[in-house]
Amino acid sequence: MDYLSKLENQSIYIFREAFNKFEHLAMLWSIGKDSTVLLWLARKAFFGHVPFPLVHVDTTYKIPSMIEYRDRLCREWNLQLVVGRNEAALREGRTFPNGRATRVECCGLLKKDALKTVLDQHGFNGVIVGVRRDEEPTRAKERYFSPRDKNMEWNVEDQPPELWDQFKTDFDKGAHIRIHPLLHWTELNVWEYIERENIPVIPLYFANERGERYRSLGCFPCTSPISSQARTVREIIEELRHTRTPERAGRAQDKESEDAFEKLRRDGYM
Amino acid sequence: MLPTEQLKIVIVGHVDHGKSTFVGRLFHDTGSLPEGKLEQLQRIAERRGVPFEWANLMDALQSERDQNITIDTAQIWFHTPKRQYVIIDAPGHKEFLKNMVTGAANAEAALLLIDAHEGVQENSRRHGYLLNLLGIRQIAVLVNKMDLADYSQARFDAVETEYRAWLKTIGVEPKVFIPIAAKHGDNIASPSPNTPWWTGPTVVQTLDEFRVAEPPKDQPLRFPIQDVYRFDERRILGGRVESGRIRVGDRLVFSPGNKTSTVKTIERWNAPSHDEALAGESIGITLTEQVFVERGAVSARETEPPYELSRFQARVFWLGKQPFRKGRRYRLKLATQEADCEIESIEKVIDASTLAAVQRANGEIYVARHEVAELTLRTRKPVAFDAISEIVPTGRFVIVDGFDVAGGGIIPAADYPRRTVGGDQKSENIFWSHGKVTHDHRARRNGHPGCVIWLTGLSGAGKSTIATELERELFNLGKHAYVLDGDNVRHGLNSDLGFSPRDRKENIRRVGEVAKLFADAGVICITAFISPYQENRDLVREMLPPGRFIEVFVNAPLAVCEQRDVKGLYARSRANEVKEFTGVSAPYEPPLAPEVELRTDQLRVAECVTRILDHLHLHDLDTEVMI
Ligand SMILES: Nc1nc2c(ncn2[C@@H]2O[C@H](COP(=O)(O)OP(=O)(O)OP(=O)(O)O)[C@@H](O)[C@H]2O)c(=O)[nH]1
Ligand SMILES: [Mg+2]
Repeated sequence: MDYLSKLENQSIYIFREAFNKFEHLAMLWSIGKDSTVLLWLARKAFFGHVPFPLVHVDTTYKIPSMIEYRDRLCREWNLQLVVGRNEAALREGRTFPNGRATRVECCGLLKKDALKTVLDQHGFNGVIVGVRRDEEPTRAKERYFSPRDKNMEWNVEDQPPELWDQFKTDFDKGAHIRIHPLLHWTELNVWEYIERENIPVIPLYFANERGERYRSLGCFPCTSPISSQARTVREIIEELRHTRTPERAGRAQDKESEDAFEKLRRDGYM
Repeated sequence: MLPTEQLKIVIVGHVDHGKSTFVGRLFHDTGSLPEGKLEQLQRIAERRGVPFEWANLMDALQSERDQNITIDTAQIWFHTPKRQYVIIDAPGHKEFLKNMVTGAANAEAALLLIDAHEGVQENSRRHGYLLNLLGIRQIAVLVNKMDLADYSQARFDAVETEYRAWLKTIGVEPKVFIPIAAKHGDNIASPSPNTPWWTGPTVVQTLDEFRVAEPPKDQPLRFPIQDVYRFDERRILGGRVESGRIRVGDRLVFSPGNKTSTVKTIERWNAPSHDEALAGESIGITLTEQVFVERGAVSARETEPPYELSRFQARVFWLGKQPFRKGRRYRLKLATQEADCEIESIEKVIDASTLAAVQRANGEIYVARHEVAELTLRTRKPVAFDAISEIVPTGRFVIVDGFDVAGGGIIPAADYPRRTVGGDQKSENIFWSHGKVTHDHRARRNGHPGCVIWLTGLSGAGKSTIATELERELFNLGKHAYVLDGDNVRHGLNSDLGFSPRDRKENIRRVGEVAKLFADAGVICITAFISPYQENRDLVREMLPPGRFIEVFVNAPLAVCEQRDVKGLYARSRANEVKEFTGVSAPYEPPLAPEVELRTDQLRVAECVTRILDHLHLHDLDTEVMI
């Protein structure tokens, strides 16, 4: 079996475990390539259906074409969408672009806290998230089924054992489990799969006339494009095979201080 | 050329023997470090005023860097011209053995590091033992920190001799021993001038010689059911082919339970349609005859079924904070099956780093954290399994204690009978006692809460047939079920009642009360009464907690019932010999909103039963009480 198929089969297995084990399941959808591949794999797992709602945490600072793309896919693929927003922080202008929060604080407020509110409101106890181990070092230590306590905290020093595809599906009241079906994929694998399956992705990933493209999509104040000539999926794959620049190099919030991102993730960030 | 395959390799060994350093250096020496990473790590070390460590590439947590120790396993990717590698770094400290197991269980091959200076240590041996237990057969040993042993061949040979002897006692044949100094890159990506006496391969060459594991497609078929889907008109059994292959037209047997059916289609989405699926594929199937199967059932070819027993021997390694002991209830997860279990007997507890039998002061027998044991397990219901030497994915399991996976085990080959002999085994299996018996306790013991399945419909519609068939089906599934049949009750409990509307109401009320008691006692009580009036049925519904009354409309047109006329009652009522006969001379009010409706003129009995079982399943009688 070729390795993309192995990755795919494993992801489908995880999706099905999650769907069987969690009554209140939702999937985070950030609109980027990973969550779009995630969505595709969900349809693979459930024979064309997506039997749970998608949660989009809207910071209001997303690049506008991302929202258009999101709404179009929702219509075409018949998706159930729940949008979460930290209205209070936005109202009071406690954001980085307003100069009233650091980048990391802003991520904490507009993404992490907004996520917590949506989870609480809807009572979701299983949340599917498209993080990958190769993205950054704390994610390299993640489990497929990763518990968060009632304050959303990640106890990274004491994670459950995970072996032979038997996962942590029992937990205390108030806690929830993050499910990571893409954990074992690399950025390159994601693009290879997009090519193989012909998955529509948002055009921001392809180089524009100025020779720039986004490699990772986030909020516009904290995400910068890379210079690239890759205008097709194939060209992106070629580019990635030769690059040694890390994927999140264009993500400013990761670099504020050595352990800023680790702290954010321990507190419940994706 | 582009690599087209991927190999997962775990790095293990005693604490501080240089595993993470090795990974950092491997990345550096093969030009795989992301741009700027080395400089970033050096900068951080400088800022913190500590010496730079290659290990920090993997040891990314602050708590790890503070103590210079790996706490949790991490994964990182690199490739040689031959293939892509997933490098799984595992912690060496005994405290984090569960994380080592997590990393290793995922791997296809292992590199085990031993510090040349410190020599073979406790966890060098324990990790070797566990690799074997986890089924990792491809192992290379790296004798590290050769710089601290003056790159001495004699020292290298001594370590090799000692460790080879250990591996031999546990039945492991390593591929090669290589002298390295991770910190300096000796013999990692290129031969080192410091060990001119070494003519063997470098580590990178050794990696490329490992083989990628392929799913076992030539073994007997095992297709455990992960879930049953009804998103559209198809009823799809979803799962992953764990071994062998499955084809359209295959006759399958589902264990436990022994149901059989035939594969009608193989279902995939956005993939070329193909009438066969091989080991490793996550697919769905539909069946030609609908049989009731649910998550956990293992499908196999009729000629090659798995074992189906509730008692078996196992070798278990324990990771739980609380010891694994007799008299306590645990949950066993094997493939997609789950069963309550407990230890029947512990044959032997050993220290996996010495193989010595563990002796406890007061002669008590239990399996403490990090120990390994040979023991006999007993499950509350039969489970389908194989011997690990025959089929791996169904020959191993984990044990859940409370909320946590606390141990893992494998089932060695033994002289098991191929099929169970139903009854005997069941009675042996009742072995828990509780103090005060609550509703919840009963539900837990039974594996389901009590409820009432109320079949209503005309005489001859098929109520009794369905009821008895359903009862048998539930019984075989290990559920407690009992049929209250109209005719039987009228002989005893209600022998004083006639068929006037008033008597009919009293009849139903009494039956309702009895059914309620049964449900309260934890039984799935199936009733088969014409019960023609909605009002009376609603009366019973109100006696029960919400969701515990399942009204099933057994619906066949009067003409069909009359034609069947099993008891000759229609004929007699037409001849006016029977008064107030429902449908003929008394009204029947069809249910307004039954939980299930069965058109018995269109469905076969087995299909009717399946529909009811499906309904119960959707409402999760099973899991509801497991919380
Ligand atoms: N002199 C010398 N020191 C080494 C060598 N390899 C590793 N070390 C040192 O040994 C110490 C432990 O190395 P690590 O890589 O953290 O060990 P580890 O096996 O990953 O440890 P755990 O993961 O905590 O079990 C560090 O200080 C390394 O610099 C080597 O080849 N020579
Ligand atoms: Mg380490």
